[in-house]
Amino acid sequence: MGMTMTQKILAAHAGLDYVEAGQLIEADLDLVLGNDITSPVAIKEMEKMKVDGVFNKDKIALVPDHFVPNKDIKSAEHCKCVREFARRNEITNYFEVGEMGIEHALLPEKGLTVAGDVIIGADSHTCTYGALGAFSTGVGSTDMAAGMATGKAWFKVPGAIKFNLTGKFQPWVSGKDLILHIIGMIGVDGALYKSMEFVGEGVKNMSMDDRFTVANMAIEAGGKNGIFPVDDLAIEYMKEHSTRQFKVYEADEDAVYDEVYDIDLGSLRPTIAFPHLPENTKTIDEIKEPVVIDQVVIGSCTNGRLDDLRIAAKVLEGRKVKKGIRCIIIPATQKIYLQAMEEGLLKTFIEAGAVVSTPTCGPCLGGYMGILAEGERCVSTTNRNFVGRMGHIKSEIYLASPAVAAASAITGQISCPCELD
Amino acid sequence: MNEAKGIVLKYGDNVDTDVIIPARYLNSSDPAELATHCMEDIDKDFVNKVKPGDVMVATKNFGCGSSREHAPIAIKASGISCVIAETFARIFYRNAINIGLPIIECKEASEKIEAGDEVMVDFDSGLITNITKNETYKGQAFPAFMQKIIDKGGLINYINEK
Repeated sequence: MGMTMTQKILAAHAGLDYVEAGQLIEADLDLVLGNDITSPVAIKEMEKMKVDGVFNKDKIALVPDHFVPNKDIKSAEHCKCVREFARRNEITNYFEVGEMGIEHALLPEKGLTVAGDVIIGADSHTCTYGALGAFSTGVGSTDMAAGMATGKAWFKVPGAIKFNLTGKFQPWVSGKDLILHIIGMIGVDGALYKSMEFVGEGVKNMSMDDRFTVANMAIEAGGKNGIFPVDDLAIEYMKEHSTRQFKVYEADEDAVYDEVYDIDLGSLRPTIAFPHLPENTKTIDEIKEPVVIDQVVIGSCTNGRLDDLRIAAKVLEGRKVKKGIRCIIIPATQKIYLQAMEEGLLKTFIEAGAVVSTPTCGPCLGGYMGILAEGERCVSTTNRNFVGRMGHIKSEIYLASPAVAAASAITGQISCPCELD
Repeated sequence: MNEAKGIVLKYGDNVDTDVIIPARYLNSSDPAELATHCMEDIDKDFVNKVKPGDVMVATKNFGCGSSREHAPIAIKASGISCVIAETFARIFYRNAINIGLPIIECKEASEKIEAGDEVMVDFDSGLITNITKNETYKGQAFPAFMQKIIDKGGLINYINEK
């Protein structure tokens, strides 16, 4: 019986020739990640351990990104705790305000995540790095503490669901629409405890930024990880961003999958997740009544990359955000911010009447920088639309692509860019 | 502690960690402070109702969403002795084991137990007794490796004693 891509990576990191779904293993870690919310809890836990320090100062990444620049005194204390821990332990990859970005956009850009890695992060969207052919998964603070101290973590080897992709996206359709379509199809627990392996000739028609978006939201289907095969585009990305050695793993031909889905990318339409679950999806064509909105957010670890900003700018170019609508655009990293500036995207945004923020997770989790009042509605390129996620428990979040979000900012209701004159 | 006994507080499918402990309170990591906001966005009255030893019962995919360990920490600090659900989201499942919050998966229990029932859970056997309804349900006992972590009171103690 063959192994999936994920199973092969886990076997290699556990020093085993073969693993199967359900097996409990202990694996060596290539990177342990934490942010300003989860790291303070992990640091406190690590202090209870009988260890001198971290297992490897180069294999830990600490990225204050959720509530930075510090939103209040308590957040400032958390960031100070992380900063001092990083200094004390000489952590190589600590990223201060000014060099930071949203962790899951930042780490691949910094070349810290490559194919074949096993990565844990105390943040649920750690599954993003599967876009590069790594096994990466979200954990809690205690796992992060143990990972930082020992360089190891325990895993139950997951089974897998295969998504066989063909064709290519229509105009204004992107990776976000694909992953929302999948979550709508299998549900928010459709991939519970499992790997989501995205394969097929359609993959080559997806940009790296699209793949990051898709892998990023595997957790929203309950998945343990999302993973893509490593093709020329992924190799090119890694060579451009990293000096680290990568290793390519391929699923065996007789690998076992619990389910297989065939998806023609060309058949997908702009897709929106209605409140209050990412599985409540409708295509743009299925929305019959106008959904009038108050705010638009374009950003996050899901959709704050350069491709996302480019498409938003294409929609907003020469147009105006509708009066009364707040449009908040958040480039995910300093580098993306700078590139967006050099390409003139920021000018387009500001001239259209949008605000551009420094990189932060901010509004995505209802932290700050765009909190919703009672009864308000937001079209957001973020990843969760749970009750109260962006503010008041009676506010509503509609998850969508950057194209749909930008078009909605112009019309003041959920719209497709194809509807704009 | 190999058993839990208490009165049930019941919830539905997909209880996410944002409603268990909203992010606006994540600028604190103090368990007692987190407990004062536990379940606030799904059940504002939870903090007034919950008594030490009470048991939380939910249906599918409990603890989905954010990886915040603050969620099981808040539940544990509020006095809940055990969470029973048909299924748990995987990060919540790990976190609960790692911090020593007893949890157990049981479809039948999640369907049949109602709010206000008095239940007893035996972690060694996975047997759940509904004292109010005089019924028993067989839950999934933990694999030995995970039971060892729980017995030591969490992952850190387990590693320290290894």
